[in-house]
Amino acid sequence: MKILVPVKRVLDYNVKARVKADGTGVDLANVKMSINPFDEIAVEEAVKLKEAGKATEIVVVSIGPAQAQDTIRAAMAMGADRGILVETTEAIDLGGIEPLHVAKILQKIIGEEAPNLVIMGKQSIDDDSNQTGQMLAALLGWPQATFASKVVLGDGSAEVTREIDGGLETLKVSLPAIITTDLRLNTPRYAALPNIMKAKSKPLANKKIEEFGIDTTPRLKIVSVAEPEKRKGGIKVETVDALVDKLKNEAKVI
Amino acid sequence: MAILVLAEHDNKSLKSSTANTVTAAAKIGSDVHVLVAGKGCDEAAKAAAGLAGVTKVLQADDAAFEHGLAEHVTEALKSVAGNYSHILVPATGYGKNILPRLAALLDVQPISDVMAVENETTFKRPVYAGNAIATVQSLNSKHLLSIRTTGFAAAGAGGSAAVEKISASGSSINVTFVGQELSKSERPELAAAKVVISGGRGLGSGENFAMLEKLADKLGAAIGASRAAVDAGYVPNDYQVGQTGKVVAPQLYIAVGISGAIQHLAGMKDSKVIVAINKDPDAPIFGVADYGIVGDLFQIVPELTEKI
Ligand SMILES: Cc1cc2nc3c(=O)[nH]c(=O)nc-3n(C[C@H](O)[C@H](O)[C@H](O)COP(=O)(O)OP(=O)(O)OC[C@H]3O[C@@H](n4cnc5c(N)ncnc54)[C@H](O)[C@@H]3O)c2cc1C
Repeated sequence: MKILVPVKRVLDYNVKARVKADGTGVDLANVKMSINPFDEIAVEEAVKLKEAGKATEIVVVSIGPAQAQDTIRAAMAMGADRGILVETTEAIDLGGIEPLHVAKILQKIIGEEAPNLVIMGKQSIDDDSNQTGQMLAALLGWPQATFASKVVLGDGSAEVTREIDGGLETLKVSLPAIITTDLRLNTPRYAALPNIMKAKSKPLANKKIEEFGIDTTPRLKIVSVAEPEKRKGGIKVETVDALVDKLKNEAKVI
Repeated sequence: MAILVLAEHDNKSLKSSTANTVTAAAKIGSDVHVLVAGKGCDEAAKAAAGLAGVTKVLQADDAAFEHGLAEHVTEALKSVAGNYSHILVPATGYGKNILPRLAALLDVQPISDVMAVENETTFKRPVYAGNAIATVQSLNSKHLLSIRTTGFAAAGAGGSAAVEKISASGSSINVTFVGQELSKSERPELAAAKVVISGGRGLGSGENFAMLEKLADKLGAAIGASRAAVDAGYVPNDYQVGQTGKVVAPQLYIAVGISGAIQHLAGMKDSKVIVAINKDPDAPIFGVADYGIVGDLFQIVPELTEKI
């Protein structure tokens, strides 16, 4: 069983995004970038399946700038076997390469790699779209099990528990299939130093986005990017009585 | 051309998110149709027809649509997509699961989490956990949007649209529904409640959420939670408020034992009035709270419940 895991390089989740002064996007110069947390969960799930003897090879793919190599190496340090970088100089958060482009590139890579399963993050925490997995499943004509909190692999199928609006739902999908991860699926491991060293010598193929022959003209135009409206500063109250009074007589919400 | 809204429902009743999405559609154009895809979904279809602003309801009734699986519902949408300039879904787990699948089949790049309509093709949406707001123009030939329910008031009653049955069938893709485990609650829907009380890691256990329940009983509130409280198993996953959970904007949001991480704020900072109860005076939640009270939640919450 071969598993393919797409990973994206994004602004670290601990860093607060700053809007560029010219209103064209978010400033990504000299800030900490990391693997998208949901993708890290996807890598962890794949590695666990390999450790359990259910998978034989894990291939990670990243579409992004040359530095996305680091993202691939991070996944390899967790246990992925091999990487493919699809390099682009376009933005991958806003106004450049969009989820539909990514899905089309992944579709081509999947055509060559023929994995039995694709595990990917449910959303990337930069553009927060939550689209790519579902799009890829559609392009491939595969079933999708999104927002997964539990995956049980069977013979030629997977039983996946999903986090839905009202609780949990379990689906059985035939393989190959797309699974997208939610937060509760697992807790990603920290890569140990020897594994980080080992990851440096794992095979990583470099490709250019142009090689895929996909029209990457944006379908969405970013007109502007602005700071959200700031909430007016509030006050601290000393007692519960004061709080009740404010809520009743000032805010009038109770 | 008309605008199509995909209804979110459980065959018997509509989810409130459908009514918010209809309002967004009405801001784009005046001919708003609703597709109800389900099994034995007459009641849901009737409810959709009664929403103000809806001009027609399409009902696709087939066993394949019973559980709202994306592979199948996408087929129903695809069969009518040609008649519409815009297709809108609620930006809930349900809508987000389906819309991108349809979009790829139509070769459209959709726009997620629309919070405001500027004009027929230009929309505002939050990115980076709401730390930036992007104004985005769709250059697609058809526009596919998921709608943030908090950005649009729910459409009221008073509609009397005709219900037209359409024949649509599911996909041949091999996916089967195994089961569901829904959280039971007599409380209002989290995303639509006027008052929300959320608990965080500070609650310390699932049992301690009973304390919030008492306060919620008095206020007719829904209960939410931070990711940390869900991860720790205090409450089910569908309680999570935030960037990657539910987005709420009630009249009153009370955050109890929640620090106020960016990802949590993304889901609640558009609430009208925010109250924070936290023992750490420097907790970031106080930065967005209208009223903060520093202290031990185990004392403050019971006292508040008594005095409110
Ligand atoms: C990819 C990603 C997505 C995420 N999505 C979400 C999301 O959607 N929603 C979300 O909420 N989080 C999300 N998070 C997690 C987020 O970063 C925080 O870790 C989380 O919100 C913290 O939860 P908390 O405030 O309950 O816990 P903590 O940060 O541990 O805060 C607990 C608070 O309780 C207070 N406290 C403790 N005891 C008491 C007491 N007795 N009385 C009063 N106060 C007390 C403490 O002072 C502290 O401020 C996400 C993280 C990642 C990486």
